[in-house]
Amino acid sequence: MGRGGSRASPAAAAPPWHALPDEVWEHAFSFLPADSDRGAAAASCRSWLRAERRSRRRLAVANCYAASPQDAVDRFPSVRAVEVKGKPHFADFGLVPPAWGAAAAPWVEAAADGWPLLEELSFKRMVVTDDCLEIIAASFRNFQVLRLVSCEGFSTAGLSAIASGCRNLRELDLQENEIEDCSIQWLNLFPESFTSLVTLNFSCLEGDVNITVLDRLVTRCHNLKTLKLNNAIPLDKLANLLRKAPQIVELGTGKFSADYHLDLFLKLESAFSGCKSLRRLSGAWDAVPEYLPAFYCVCEGLTSLNLSYATVRGPELIKFIGRCKNLQLLWVMDLIEDRGLAVVASSCNKLQELRVFPSAPFDAAEQVSLTERGLVDVSASCPMLESVLYFCRRMTNEALITIAKNRPNFTCFRLCILEPHTPDYITHQPLDVGFSAIVESCKGLRRLSVSGLLTDNVFKSIGAHADRLEMLSIAFAGNSDLGLHYILSGCKSLKKLEIRDCPFGDKPLLANAAKLETMRSLWMSSCSLTLGACRQLARKMPRLSVEVMNYSRGACPLDSLTDESPIETIYVYRTIAGPRSDTPACVQIV
Amino acid sequence: MSTATANSAASPAVSGLDYDDTALTLALPGSSSAADRNKRAADHDDKPPSPKARAVGWPPVRTYRRNALRDDEAKLVKVAVDGAPYLRKVDLAAHDGYAALLRALHAMFASCLHADGAARKLVDAATGAEYVPTYEDKDGDWMLVGDVPFKMFVDSCKRIRLMKSSEAVNLSPRTSLR
Repeated sequence: MGRGGSRASPAAAAPPWHALPDEVWEHAFSFLPADSDRGAAAASCRSWLRAERRSRRRLAVANCYAASPQDAVDRFPSVRAVEVKGKPHFADFGLVPPAWGAAAAPWVEAAADGWPLLEELSFKRMVVTDDCLEIIAASFRNFQVLRLVSCEGFSTAGLSAIASGCRNLRELDLQENEIEDCSIQWLNLFPESFTSLVTLNFSCLEGDVNITVLDRLVTRCHNLKTLKLNNAIPLDKLANLLRKAPQIVELGTGKFSADYHLDLFLKLESAFSGCKSLRRLSGAWDAVPEYLPAFYCVCEGLTSLNLSYATVRGPELIKFIGRCKNLQLLWVMDLIEDRGLAVVASSCNKLQELRVFPSAPFDAAEQVSLTERGLVDVSASCPMLESVLYFCRRMTNEALITIAKNRPNFTCFRLCILEPHTPDYITHQPLDVGFSAIVESCKGLRRLSVSGLLTDNVFKSIGAHADRLEMLSIAFAGNSDLGLHYILSGCKSLKKLEIRDCPFGDKPLLANAAKLETMRSLWMSSCSLTLGACRQLARKMPRLSVEVMNYSRGACPLDSLTDESPIETIYVYRTIAGPRSDTPACVQIV
Repeated sequence: MSTATANSAASPAVSGLDYDDTALTLALPGSSSAADRNKRAADHDDKPPSPKARAVGWPPVRTYRRNALRDDEAKLVKVAVDGAPYLRKVDLAAHDGYAALLRALHAMFASCLHADGAARKLVDAATGAEYVPTYEDKDGDWMLVGDVPFKMFVDSCKRIRLMKSSEAVNLSPRTSLR
């Protein structure tokens, strides 16, 4: 950088650093990896603000109501890639009314107007309509990436618009969306001249696809790296597709089930042996175990294996996973059981992320032998393990202490004991001590979900020790207001807090009102809040939006209710956009 | 929304959709709902859940995953509400009769619609619009839910639509059984 203020030789002096042209700063900022760093730079002075905002290419809006779409377009005029998230996380579990909001339309319309050069659009937990997709297809001449995660509101008609309109599309990534099937053969609408696809994920689509059309599409898209099929593709067709795309890196097999036939087995085995670049594998496998050896040739190369929709179990499954020595990510059902996780522990030493999902979450009678033992084994033997999601039925403090000691490098620890209020099954004590060990040992912990029988004590530890914690999920825990107070008065880095069915009331919320503005959002449902506290909070903190949802009363106007009225659910978030105007009747802004 | 009591650790979760009764219920055609109506009139607060009631949305398994993992005996049909781009799925096989099914439908959309039990309607509290549960049968005809024996309905129902009352006047119940 130039030497500021030098007067020695005026002709040769570089301009003072604070007078460098914007392009220099823009170039410097392009090396800042995190948006938060760019934001910090932009906040330091006007010229940096100007340079940063004009050169920002990627924008992540973590709460679609935190700012208006127009605010975003005005502030960052050169954005090429946008990600917007809508509904609160608990919408995944049905706790948010379907008409709550999170419409993508205002964002799509603002983008069409203000970001004509937009290349990437990603929506998560939002309502995306066919109109939105049509506008996208018509508005951005260089549109390349569409990613929709846990969205709803659109149909195959909208997908047709994308297929026919987006000439430069590279990625169409549909993850776990609710898509209406209009029986439109949308795949047919990719023109014959269209060859740019790199990612095609339609695994969540119900309904048939034309295999011949898919085959032709896969054949002509030579750069196709990710292909995730839906349930409509039978096994023998899968083999054919793989032959046409041996360069595939990520494969979702769709419904992998068929009666065992030797010739089909050999066909599959041969097809997979041609896929030398295959690294990531997923699928909804009602797999007949006898087919698993067809995959053996790719096991060694796999870094990511998602069997979380696979109901296959037993020794064949374990043998298969045991061959995947280079796994970094494993998502699996609890059908793997402790003995399967013991094999994972000994074979998959590069494992970084483990998720174990419940195969029968609502059926207590269906007992699968997956206990704390499995998690203890994996955390003891996998030195790079840093992210865990684990559903199980029993846990002990001792196991958690052991896990904490073995794996201080956890960044994400989510434990879900299926039955609420379950204590340590040996000592019958609350699991406070165990979870405290986790937060004390794992200094880099960013995300935590607690479960089981827990008192306020665990929250005292979390508040005091979890300095890097950004997201905390609490359910059926705590015994008094103190629990919430410990969290809100501690947890320096907390961004998202979601709480359900805990005896937390008004006092800690009001006492820590200022904290809420340092956070992205707070969700509290089935706790002990009253309308009066919500009113006070809203009055005290004008830059927070306090949304109240009361299901059993229907749409009773808040004005008619007293301060003492109990509140089912609140969702509080900071916003610069003021109160939103698209709430349904059951949601009211205080 | 139901809350588990502090001492519910002993009772196991019950499988099947068993939403806690809120104050409102729907009535069947011809069946007496006087008891329900009285209960509704008397209840103003959330009452504590029955010991075996399972909390809504627990365990935290994504709806998408929950639907994907149902066994093949399930009969999942889509449920649409007129005028809203929301799609929900309901498992007809998981309910033993119209009462349970209507309760589940109500629970799905309860936050926006509340039930008028006597008239078998759901009402949008904001607009006053009334919705009637209808379904598309195997022949592609739209019928009123509740007119045929439940088993027959489950077999022939392809999808469900909560139709605005004004449009549903054109539907007539089946006059003959097949």
